[in-house]
Amino acid sequence: MPDFSNPANWLPWAFASLMGLSILVYVVLDGFDLGIGILFPLAEPDEQERMIGSIGPFWDANETWLVLAVGLLLVAFPTAHGIILSTLYLPVFLMLIGLILRGVAFEFRAKVRSRRKALWNRLFFVGSLVTALAQGFMLGLYIMGLVQTPATYLFAALCSVFLAVGYSFIGATWLIHKTVEGLQSKAVKWARHSLWAVIAGIGAVSLATPLVSDRIYDKWFTYPEILWLVPLPFISGVMVVALWWMLQRMPFAGDRWNWLPFATSSAIFAAAYLGLAYSFYPYVVPNRLTIYEAASAPESLMIILVGACFVVPAIIGYSILAYVVFRGKAADLRYD
Amino acid sequence: MEALDTLLLSRIQFAANISFHILFPTVTIALGWVLLFFRLRFAHSGDEKWMAAYRFWVKVFALSFAMGVVSGITMSFQFGTNWPGFMETVGNIAGPLLAYEVLTAFFLEAAFVGIMLFGISRVPGWLHVTATALVAFGTTLSTFWIIVLNSWMHTPQGYEVVNGVAFATSWWEIIFNPSMPYRFAHMMLASFLTVSFLVAGVSAFRWVIGDRSREVRAVLKTGVAIAALLIPAQIFMGDMHGLNTLEHQPQKVAAMEGNWDSGPNTPLLLFALPDEELRENRFEIGIPNAASIILKHHADGVVPGLNDFLADDGTPLHPPVSPVFWSFRVMVGTGFGMLGLSWAAVFFMWRRRDRHVGRAKGRWMAVEGLPKPLLWALVPMAFSGWVATLAGWYTTEIGRQPWLVQGIMTTDMAVADVPAPMVLGTLLAYLAVYASLLIAYVGVIAYLARKAARGGDARPDSMSHSGKANVVALNAAE
Repeated sequence: MPDFSNPANWLPWAFASLMGLSILVYVVLDGFDLGIGILFPLAEPDEQERMIGSIGPFWDANETWLVLAVGLLLVAFPTAHGIILSTLYLPVFLMLIGLILRGVAFEFRAKVRSRRKALWNRLFFVGSLVTALAQGFMLGLYIMGLVQTPATYLFAALCSVFLAVGYSFIGATWLIHKTVEGLQSKAVKWARHSLWAVIAGIGAVSLATPLVSDRIYDKWFTYPEILWLVPLPFISGVMVVALWWMLQRMPFAGDRWNWLPFATSSAIFAAAYLGLAYSFYPYVVPNRLTIYEAASAPESLMIILVGACFVVPAIIGYSILAYVVFRGKAADLRYD
Repeated sequence: MEALDTLLLSRIQFAANISFHILFPTVTIALGWVLLFFRLRFAHSGDEKWMAAYRFWVKVFALSFAMGVVSGITMSFQFGTNWPGFMETVGNIAGPLLAYEVLTAFFLEAAFVGIMLFGISRVPGWLHVTATALVAFGTTLSTFWIIVLNSWMHTPQGYEVVNGVAFATSWWEIIFNPSMPYRFAHMMLASFLTVSFLVAGVSAFRWVIGDRSREVRAVLKTGVAIAALLIPAQIFMGDMHGLNTLEHQPQKVAAMEGNWDSGPNTPLLLFALPDEELRENRFEIGIPNAASIILKHHADGVVPGLNDFLADDGTPLHPPVSPVFWSFRVMVGTGFGMLGLSWAAVFFMWRRRDRHVGRAKGRWMAVEGLPKPLLWALVPMAFSGWVATLAGWYTTEIGRQPWLVQGIMTTDMAVADVPAPMVLGTLLAYLAVYASLLIAYVGVIAYLARKAARGGDARPDSMSHSGKANVVALNAAE
């Protein structure tokens, strides 16, 4: 915990927390809409329209959490921003191309003449997939301490597949909540088929992280810290089993609990993310640069913090409002 | 040599990215206000033509907004991937300014664009007007912050450098740096002119393919009127901005003028081929004394020349001359073209305002008065604002070289140590994607115009992907 009597100490911590929160929110929210993009080719045309409908009002705001996260990294930890992004040059480039194609595909597919629509649908899928793969690759390389060897590339490649399938999983659970009948049954099937990636991905990261770094190994496996860390993997395990049980039986009678798989998978993502954050704190560039070394001048951080204190709660408030306004099924209403 | 290639390629890549990006904010900044105008006219008069105009142009807004957002994300990553030295040196000052830009852009996007785009038929009218107004205000605020940062890089003040890193000493001086007011006004006017020619050009296109709807008349008149009013203001503002640049970045003005030796009675060059090897111009055609008169308001005013900006060993400390010289002429030339066309259009529309019987009485301008060739001339001018904006952007940004932040750091200090082939490969890929998207963007606007001219949408509120969202919201309302 930081020393709250001195701004130079708590400001970097506050910004790291804010950035961490943005990344977590981004991974869950854009995770489900990227996942729906990846699942897109598996659906029939009318189902595709409903899938788009289920994320249409949200994806834009979801994506801006990435802008906030990278923006905070840029303005609060400029040195780290430079090191991380110039190391991850190619995956960042691929992710950006993916995000561009996917983001404009939303607009274009709704506006072009019908024979061009198939092209933009394909670009929507490709953009979503490339974005997810690139993000997984970056995550994998970051966990490997940004070291670039064939072995770390292999691990990063594995992570990219796990994350893409993991995003499809959370996307499928979102669809279970937002759709009915045929598409909902498909979504249950997709979720069941992709749950393995969540387990494998979290497992691989959990095993690799302490093995790669002695520092992280010591952080996790020392007494007494281990006592209050143990519940984290334990609760995650229970949630995975509960999800598996649910997905075998869904949809329940009267479509009850349709939100539960999405809520549970978000909680699993959050738990895994908390574990990662604990492992890497206080480093922002693994084993090289701490948040305190990388931080901008306290005066500059203070000015940003004032703005953030107004804007971030407003964003959160609006996001909640948007999800309330656009709640309910993204389908024809006669089934309700 | 390797480093030089990376530097040059990184500069081209950044220029490509920002050139692509700037096209869309240029549209959305002023289009937000124009949409508010349409929306208020509808609220005030209840005339459906204004709502039809809103519904058509909000689609263009949504498309431009999406293009701006995705290319803006690219920009925020480019600082780290290609220019890590920038934030390491001036991050303490650029950081808060960028943060405020991101926070305002983010806030608006998350908060109000949703209601503006999707809420048209489902929130009360006053809320929809408010959302439209806040989006317009927000894009302007976002512009303000990014222009503050850009201006500070041209005319920095309110800082001190300790161990090679800049620290803020006065935020007031940083924000209200000497070139900011000129740059901000110049950019806002550029955006309004871009949009005025865009709406006028697309409406002229709809007119010549046979669309005689009242909506087209209203929008065409609005576009031409804004253009005719603001173009003189922009020429005046451009002149003021030029004088401000002369004071703070004389080497840039020398390059714009293609003037090698400082001295009195400097001619205004209309055409020349600047040659940096010989350090002189070939084929000069100029108006005697005119540059002295424009810049110093005296025929014998002393105008700075490029040879004043040489290091002791002869290395130039001024920007590359030809690109600055030529992009400046493209900007000014396009501007005067816009002036001539918009004034001619207003003249004809005003002169023939009462030629048409009955309902035309009392109208202050009539679209019917526009001669066919003038209408046809407006069509390719739909994107003339983009040409002028890009040319102006190149003038000021290439004109800043070799400085990245005037007097604090040069561009080569900021570049990332990335292998040149990697920068080249990604550059080519970006260019391919951007070219395709530009073609698609212009194609979709033309398609929307043709579709509207054929009688419009079957569903009046089929805006982008809101169709399904409507269903969701109706459900929620029940």
